[in-house]
Amino acid sequence: MEMEAAKQIGAGIAAIALGGAGVGIGIIFGNYLAGAMRNPSAAAGQFTNLLIGFALTEFTGLLGFVVAMIILFG
Amino acid sequence: MAGDVMSLTRLLELPGDLGALRGLDLAKLLDVARSVETDPMHQFVIQRWAPIHVGGLDLSFTNASFFMLLAAGVILLFLTLALSKRALVPGRMQSVAELTYGFVSGMVRDNLGEEGMKFFPFVFTLFIFIFVANLLGLIPGFYTTTSQLVVTLAMSMVVITIVLVVGFAKHGLKFLKLFAPSGLPILMYPLLVPIEIISFLSRPFSLAIRLFANMLAGHILLKLFGGFVISLAGLGVAGIAAAILPLVTNTAVTALEFLVAFLQAYVFAILTCIYLNDALHPGH
Repeated sequence: MEMEAAKQIGAGIAAIALGGAGVGIGIIFGNYLAGAMRNPSAAAGQFTNLLIGFALTEFTGLLGFVVAMIILFG
Repeated sequence: MAGDVMSLTRLLELPGDLGALRGLDLAKLLDVARSVETDPMHQFVIQRWAPIHVGGLDLSFTNASFFMLLAAGVILLFLTLALSKRALVPGRMQSVAELTYGFVSGMVRDNLGEEGMKFFPFVFTLFIFIFVANLLGLIPGFYTTTSQLVVTLAMSMVVITIVLVVGFAKHGLKFLKLFAPSGLPILMYPLLVPIEIISFLSRPFSLAIRLFANMLAGHILLKLFGGFVISLAGLGVAGIAAAILPLVTNTAVTALEFLVAFLQAYVFAILTCIYLNDALHPGH
């Protein structure tokens, strides 16, 4: 297989990681919203935890993105 | 249709012969569209503005160094101007400065307690520098310093060094209890201690890569949709009509990038607080 073609395919496969991050972020925000609907008074106090969870989840997807960038341009 | 093309080219501020565009010469429009730099990675290239070589080190003054200095200058100017009057009833500028102060000091106090307030200047500096550098990067033509891994890694290394120094200075070897949470069955420790150590060692990298990759991804996305607009506009009348779609998307992505600029600065600061909390109160 040509090197360039292999690189493109590899970068595409590495980008699949972003799908997992999308699912994870959806679960975090969805569950936060569900919890906030049940007990709105407690929602404000958990907003920081929401953002931390979002950041930690997003990181797993970004690793995939960085790997794709390294494959393409590294 | 002529009005559409004029407003579109004005919005995009296409370089090249704009006089030709007014005459609506599609062949020349095509040429201009092809001459525009559409490589999404081009914006991250470091240019040496003033080459300085000391020994074997390359200490050149680059566009990245300039925009870091610019960010620091903007912060200094803003805070000095906003707080020069020090009115009892704050004006608009002073309110923004006080809100920022209150926001970060609340964050530090919530996470570290009153004794952690000695770290407030550090966290405030990190927060406002990352925030302003991200915002400056959103101005078209400006360089995004936070999209360089070396910049974010330097900041996260400072954070983790402070955590280690404060932790060992304050608790001595008891700081190592961070890696062995108490109250577990003894069999769990051989499994848990390596995991905790790996998790601790990956912190500076996760902190740096999160900020760097977010900025990189966002700016590539902006450039990609901008490139779609230009290459579609070069296809002729139907292409110009279709180019409105990526233009609208790009506007929406720009709005999202403003949110990301704030969110990443906030996340960096709050994770710094959490890591510093480990240094002040190890052993969960």
